[in-house]
Parts: sequence; C-alpha cells; structure tokens
Amino acid sequence: MKKSQLFFLSFLTIVLMALPFLGSEYSVDWMTKTLIYGIFALSLELLVGTTGLVCFGQAAFFGIGAYAVVKISADLITPDAIYLLPISMILAGVFALFVGALSLRTKGVYFIMVTLAFAQMAYYVIHDTPIGGGTDGIYLYNKPSLFGWSISSSVEFYLFTLGCLLFVFILLGLITHSRFGRALTGIRINELRMRAIGYQTYNYKLMAFVISGMIAGLAGYLFAVKDGFVNPELLSWHLSGAVLIMIILGGLGHLRGAFIGAFAFALLEEFFRSEAIFGSFAKYWHLGLGLSIIFCVAFLPRGLFGIPSIWQSKLMGTKNASVEDQE
Amino acid sequence: MTQDQAKYLMRGVKLTKRWGGLVAVNEVDIDLALGQIHAVIGTNGAGKSTLINLLSGELPLSSGTVELLGSDVTEKSQPMRAHLGLGKSYQRNTIFPELTVLENCRLSAQSRIQKPWHFWQDGQRCKVSHQRAIQTLEKTGLSTVIHRQAGLLSHGQKRQLEVAMCLATEPKVLLLDEPLAGMGADETDRMLNFLISLRADHAIMLVEHDMDAVFKVADVITVMVNGSVITKGSPDEVRNNPEVQSAYLGESE
Amino acid sequence: MDFSTFLIQTLNSVQYGLLLFLVAAGLTLIFGIMGVINLAHGSFYMMGSYLAFALSPVVASTLGGGLITTLIIGLIIAIILGYILEWMFYSYLYERDHLQQVLMTYGLILVIEEIRSLLVGDDVHGVPIPDWLSSSIKLSDVMTYPVYRLFISGVCILLALGMFLVLSKTKLGMMIRAGSVNREMIQSLGVNIKFLYRIVFAAGIAIAALAGMVAAPVSSVYPGMGQGVLIICFVIVVIGGIGSIKGALIASLFIGFIDTFGKVLLPEVAGVLVYVFMAAILLWKPSGLFKAGS
Repeated sequence: MKKSQLFFLSFLTIVLMALPFLGSEYSVDWMTKTLIYGIFALSLELLVGTTGLVCFGQAAFFGIGAYAVVKISADLITPDAIYLLPISMILAGVFALFVGALSLRTKGVYFIMVTLAFAQMAYYVIHDTPIGGGTDGIYLYNKPSLFGWSISSSVEFYLFTLGCLLFVFILLGLITHSRFGRALTGIRINELRMRAIGYQTYNYKLMAFVISGMIAGLAGYLFAVKDGFVNPELLSWHLSGAVLIMIILGGLGHLRGAFIGAFAFALLEEFFRSEAIFGSFAKYWHLGLGLSIIFCVAFLPRGLFGIPSIWQSKLMGTKNASVEDQE
Repeated sequence: MTQDQAKYLMRGVKLTKRWGGLVAVNEVDIDLALGQIHAVIGTNGAGKSTLINLLSGELPLSSGTVELLGSDVTEKSQPMRAHLGLGKSYQRNTIFPELTVLENCRLSAQSRIQKPWHFWQDGQRCKVSHQRAIQTLEKTGLSTVIHRQAGLLSHGQKRQLEVAMCLATEPKVLLLDEPLAGMGADETDRMLNFLISLRADHAIMLVEHDMDAVFKVADVITVMVNGSVITKGSPDEVRNNPEVQSAYLGESE
Repeated sequence: MDFSTFLIQTLNSVQYGLLLFLVAAGLTLIFGIMGVINLAHGSFYMMGSYLAFALSPVVASTLGGGLITTLIIGLIIAIILGYILEWMFYSYLYERDHLQQVLMTYGLILVIEEIRSLLVGDDVHGVPIPDWLSSSIKLSDVMTYPVYRLFISGVCILLALGMFLVLSKTKLGMMIRAGSVNREMIQSLGVNIKFLYRIVFAAGIAIAALAGMVAAPVSSVYPGMGQGVLIICFVIVVIGGIGSIKGALIASLFIGFIDTFGKVLLPEVAGVLVYVFMAAILLWKPSGLFKAGS
C-alpha cells in the first residue's frame, strides 16, 4: 500500500477512534451515519471509479441489505451480527447478480437507465407488496450483538461500524491493486482493447457488480440496525443519486475520495439544514444542496480530491498531466 | 517454401459478411502461414477492415468458417481466440493513455495468467506479466520510456506500443490493421524492420494503405475490390496483374 | 371485464400513453440530438401543471379567457423559460460526460423543486375543468366517459401530428433528424448548431410543460408529480430507442396500456410491470426498439 494511503488510513483511524471520548452522543450518532454513507460510497466507487460502470440503482442493494436484517431477525431469538451481516450481504449480492447479469448486456446510457429501472422494480416490490410492509416501513425490535457481546449502545455500535469501514477500505484497496482490479481499470479505459487481449470482460464486470452490491448491502445492514427502522425510501432513486454525488464530490478513481465525498455530503446536508445558519429558510435546504452539486460537478470535475493537483498545476503553470494516482 | 508446404496457422474459408442487402465481404478465402507476412490491400470500402474484424472475432460471420491453429473458432468470441494465440493491433490507437507504458504491456501479458482470485497480491508485483512486458518492450524498442505515461508518447511510439501490447500476449498469429497509420518515413522504416524481425516466428496479416511499405515486406498479397478477392500472389505477380493495375494501382498513380 | 370497462380502460391507456409521449418525445430528442441526459425533464411537466394552476385564475379575471387562453399563455412562458435555461445552463452540458449530466440535472431538479416550494408551497392543488369540457359521453347504459379526457388525447394527437409534420416535411425537421443521427455532420454542413439546439430544447421543454398543463385538471397538481413521470419517460425513451420519435410513441402507448390495465387487473404488481417489460425488451434489443432519427 502506498505511503499516502497508509497515512490517510492511520490518521482516519486515530481521529475516529478518539471521537467517542471527545464528542457528544449526537456527534457520535452523526458520525456513525456518515461512516455508513462512507461504506455505501466505497461500494459504488468500485463500480464507477474503477470499472467505469455508472450504476444508478445502488440504493436497491443498500435497501435489500437493510430489509433483509429486519425480516430475518424477526424470526431469530438472538440475532447475532455474525450471521445476520453475511446474510444481508449475500441477499444483496444475489440481487446484484440478477441485475448485473441482465444489465451488463447493455452499454452506456442504456446501462444507466436499466440499473435505475431495476432499482425501481425493487422499490415498488417493497413499497406496494406485503413483503415490504408498505410505506410506513418496519421496525427492528432486536438489539444487535456480535459474538454474543452487545453492540447496541451508541459508542459500541460506532466502533463496530468503524471496524466495518476499515475492513471495507482495506479489502477494496487490495482488490483494486490486484490483477483483478488492474483488469477492471483496463476495462474502464478501453473495454474493446481488453477483449482483444483476451479478457472475458463481461465476467469481470459482473464480479465487480456483485462485490459492489454486497458492500452496499453491508452498509444497508448497518443502517437498519443503527436506527432500528427501515422504509422503502432506502431504495429510492434519490438515494442512488445521492451516493453518485458523494463519489463525484470526493473525486472518482480514489477510494479515499469516496469517503471524503460521503463526509462532505453529510456536512453539506447538515449545513444547509441548519436553522442556526439559515433560520427559517433552512427548510428549503434542497436548494443549497442542488446548487452545491451543480457547482461541484461544473467546477471540480475531479472532486475535492482533485483540488490539490489543481492548485499545483496553477502554481507550477504546468498542464495537469501526472500519471493518474492509481489507487 | 511454397504455398503448399507452408504451415497454415490461420485460415478463413468462404468468409462472408452481409449488412442487410449489402455484401461487405463476399466469400473470401485467406490463409496465414507461419513465417509469412500476408498483406491485404484494396481501395476504400473494399472490405479489408471488415475482413480483419471477421478473423479477430469482433464481427460475427454471415457464413464461412475460421480456423485457428487447427481448431474451428468460427463460433468463438474474441477473448477466446486471443487465448488460442491470436493478437490484433488496431488502426486507431487503443493503448491505455493514463497508464504507464510498462503497465500497458503488463496488463496485456496478464491476460495469460489472469488469476482474478489472487486479490491479496498487487497485480504489478506479478513477476510473470512483469517479465513478459519488459521483454516485449525491449523487442519493440520502447525500453527507454517504460515508465512514461502512455498518453505522452509521440505518435510513432504509440503505434509501436499498440503492436507491443498485441505481442505481450505471446500470440502466434498477428492481425495488424494499418500499423503505419500516421507515421513519418523514419518511423515507418523502423516499424517495417520490426515486422520483418517478427516474421519468422509468427503468421502475420497486414492491412495497409501504404503501397511502398506493402511491396517492401509482404510475401503474399491479396487484393480486394468491393468485398471480393480479385487476385492473390507474390508482390511481383500482383504488381503485373492487369486487373489490379486498372482497378487499383493505375488509378492511384 | 365487460366491454364498456374495457373500452374505458383502453381510452385511459391511450390518453395516458399520449401524455407520456409528449414528455418522452422532448426527452428523446434532447438526448438524441444534443446527447444530454436531462433528469430534470419531469420537472418541466410539473412546471406546466403549476403554471396552469397559477395562471387560470389570473387569465379568468384579467382577460376573461378560459382554458385555451391559459394554455397558449402558458406555452409561451414555457418556451421562453426553455430558451433561457438552455442558454444559462444546458449549453454547458453538451461537452460533458453522462455522469456529469445526470448529476447536474439532478441538482437542477432539487433547485426547481425548492423554488416551486418557495413560490407556491407544497400543497396539493386542483385545476378546474372548464364548463364546455366538463360533460361526459355515454358509452353504455351505465358507463360514461369524461369529455375532458378525450380532449387531452385530442390535444396530444394534434401536437404529435404537428411534430411529425415538422420533422418530416420541413427543412428544420430534416436538420433535426439528421442531427440526431450524426451531430458532426450537420455542423459541417454549416447549420447554426447553437441556434438549432436552443430551438430543440425550448420545444422539448414547452411540449412537456404543455402536457403538464393539459393534464392538471385530471391528475391534480402536487409536488412529486414530476418524478413519477420522469422515470417512466426514461423507461420509454430507452425502450423506444434514444433519438427515435417513432420509438417513443410506440413505447409510450405500450406503457400506457401496461400501466393502466396492470393497475386494474394486478394492482399489487402494477408498479413493477413496467420495469419488467423494459428489462425484457432490453434483453431482446439492448439498444431499444428503433434507431435514432426514425
């Protein structure tokens, strides 16, 4: 692993582990939510940033992971994370396998639309049929535990989530650097060329899709357990759009970017919603968010992560032609 | 060696491609022998590019068969043909501009030992693909720029890299679609000498517009007009063929 | 299902399908010609409805006019708005990749929604049907069908015909069709691209807004109405083939039928049916039913 990535990870870990001792309960709760967004964003980064597959239906896998835990734990006496978590991930992965196998037959904008449509299918199944419990959503009554130890307090759950984030980060770091990940990068840059060289690109893309779906399912699991409540909006295309914004905001092509983007997005949301700053105008917070998104995509095409290199090239007066930081 | 004794590594038999009512390639036979550079020439729209794409597997055949190293690959996809030993280089640059020259070749070489489940090992530390890439780049004459970003190479170097990527998978048969496109005189000579050096160990098919280059390196030339082959033979035979002269060479003079 | 119910549902399907077509046509043209994915297109449909709601009392009291006047004034406003938006915002999207377009237009949706919220609030509103269209015709002893719905279909058919005429008979239409197949080509032919784009854009938005205006009396005017239409229209554009008006029409009618009859026959899965249909079509023809420019 590169020095800069190691530094980032260590810094992150130390700061985040210190939070429970320094921050209020509200901030721990907020940070937990942000970490979950981070995992969600990382799942999409593998698809969009590494493989170049713009999926507009990531929320479906997130939502399935969330609903899975609620539906299954109702039948278990002591629902332990050790089996609930993998089950949520596997269920999300199965749906991803189904969606991916069909969607990957299309390309470009058709792919974007097909993934959106499949997510909508899942949304309507949850929203309209008895499976989903309707628009009101379902409550989770069991307290989470890991290997029998309770992880239900804010701090305990926060640390568990942090652990999951670090796990995902390291796992994706390994994957993107591996032969598999390098091949995905090649597919992103020029799929035709990869096929000519001898790669069965469909299989690679499908694998990436399933892994990505499983990680989104993990994020969904954490979200459901954290709040003890799920509703169909977890599968809405608004959420799919939001997670796309997170990774663009942070900067495509970098795992760190995904986390930074999730964090920045959560901050933006807090900022525009804050009545302390905007008074009664705060209820129109979508306006500020929308303008920020437009601004960011228009002027920061490489996201927040790209800001240092923009400064660098402006200072040096050179064109930004460095070898792309292959993460 | 005569045509009969030559060892055919790839054969296309009665290859036909129809687009609706239009016949782009009409019952073309083509044989690629080891140790030979087989050039395919023809005017624009003659079907040369379509032919090469039918052989590579990128376009499905309307009828006809393709044989590669003894096995029938008519139904096989391009990646499968690549695995059996077919390499292709493209008319436009299909290199990976944001990656280094070394990584371009290494990724190509990696296709032979994909091992996607080895997720814990950094792909760039893969010794086999790394070695093969270095060797290929040395052969191609790009050793001095292996760490440069591929997008920053000169046009001629990019065309060299294009061929190098094709070679990194250690193919037996090479399909080269206008490798000299956009090259100046020096670069062209270098590339031609390089192709000659490859000849002994490969069967090479060359589609080209540069007539001087073709007559310099080709052992066999197939001439196509409007999707059909009008003649095939040695460079001298083709040069003196009256049909070819009127249909092609005479007009372009 | 007896015959008159079947007839009513068929008429509803056609009306719904035609309305969707108006929105989808603009979307597919904007996509086919300018290569822009416009996620905010549904918002223009919504804007049309809110325009109808806001304008009709004003038109009634100051001009003494009715629905037709409202439609005309609303159309003019929509064209102007479309022109301005293209100039201010969309023209910057042409050179960008699809992901950026998706996100920027998504941001635009948020902005438009909040501006609407600021200006007219979040309540659900109704728009009255004018007297001369408020009767119903008899289909059988017990069943009647509202004239206004027939009026909607009528307006849509008129607009669709107008579109077909312009596209197939006029020079402008020829340029538009050529442009949807090959952008660079028409540029090299000396056509003023900027102006062409602006017209196509304004027209696309205006038609979507008009659809919203005409639909307002039957569907009522509420905040989320743009989103529902948007997704369905994307499905239509994808099924029909991006850039194909014919495809958009056929797909719209298909979807109109599937959705309407689905809600009646299989209400629980009605929402999902449309997407199942789309998935099936795309598996058969990964680029949609028709090619661009048809």
